[in-house]
Amino acid sequence: MTVGNVFFVVASVVALFGAFMTIASRSPIRSAVGLLITIVGIAALFLMLNAQFLAAIQLIVYAGAVVVLFVFVIMLLGPDAGDGEGTVVRARVARYGAGAFFLLLSFGAAHLVSRADLSPTRFKIAPAGHGSVEGIGTLLFGSDVIPFELATALLIVAVVGAIAVARGKPHVRHQSKSASPTARMFNGPLMARDAQRPLPTKAERAAKAAGGV
Amino acid sequence: MSSLGYFVEQYVLLAGALFTLGCVGFLVRRNVLVQLMSIELMLNAVNLMLVAFNRQHTADLNGQVFAFFIIAVAAAEVAVGLAIVLAFYRLKSSVQSDEADQLRH
Repeated sequence: MTVGNVFFVVASVVALFGAFMTIASRSPIRSAVGLLITIVGIAALFLMLNAQFLAAIQLIVYAGAVVVLFVFVIMLLGPDAGDGEGTVVRARVARYGAGAFFLLLSFGAAHLVSRADLSPTRFKIAPAGHGSVEGIGTLLFGSDVIPFELATALLIVAVVGAIAVARGKPHVRHQSKSASPTARMFNGPLMARDAQRPLPTKAERAAKAAGGV
Repeated sequence: MSSLGYFVEQYVLLAGALFTLGCVGFLVRRNVLVQLMSIELMLNAVNLMLVAFNRQHTADLNGQVFAFFIIAVAAAEVAVGLAIVLAFYRLKSSVQSDEADQLRH
């Protein structure tokens, strides 16, 4: 085992552990930490694949922005961010059935690939500057400049759209419960208690779940 | 065993496992936040695959540039997705995806 082998094994085990933690944790904040672990593992693998620029971008954008955004939203929602009690049995059966079916499909695909007669070839020595900031920057500001500028436009539009969708109108204090759902979705304050609207009690939620099916 | 990490197949296998975990998480969980994180897992798996194939094919850097654009789109997607989660929470006081049944009635 060389250093590279150990690096690959550690990074992939870390990434897989983080992914499993993301999907299996009951608390969403643990899921966010799992996502962070996966992202760091994948950034390490990028380093091994001669993608130094992408490894840095991965850490800055994902670990620095995306996960933090998730954590902000989880903290904003408070205890409501967790899992509620599942009420509809049929829905649960459908969810777990779909998950098991996809897992089965993946194992089937892996089995078929392992039976195929492939002749793996070891990575060649990468030319100097492969994946460096200079190399990627030359492409981004050369032949790929139009997609690059379109990506900036997309980010601007996404930011404006996110603000437009997420911003409640604070002056709409007294919102009747009978207002149209769309109006409540886009105009109301975030927390129901700020709208002078009491949170539904556990019994009310249960009654709604039982009657709304 | 001494060549772990130097063949593209190993990265494809790892990316497939990560993608499978993300997809199963998206299908099984009903918490919208965790579903969004699962989407991020799948996008990361695809990125890993693109970069691994680019390492195999060293003539150009198109795979890495593609992964760069995927990261940009994923950042935009997560910002809008979380805004929609907040709007949904404002409507339903919940982040469970099976509460999103407004079109059923």
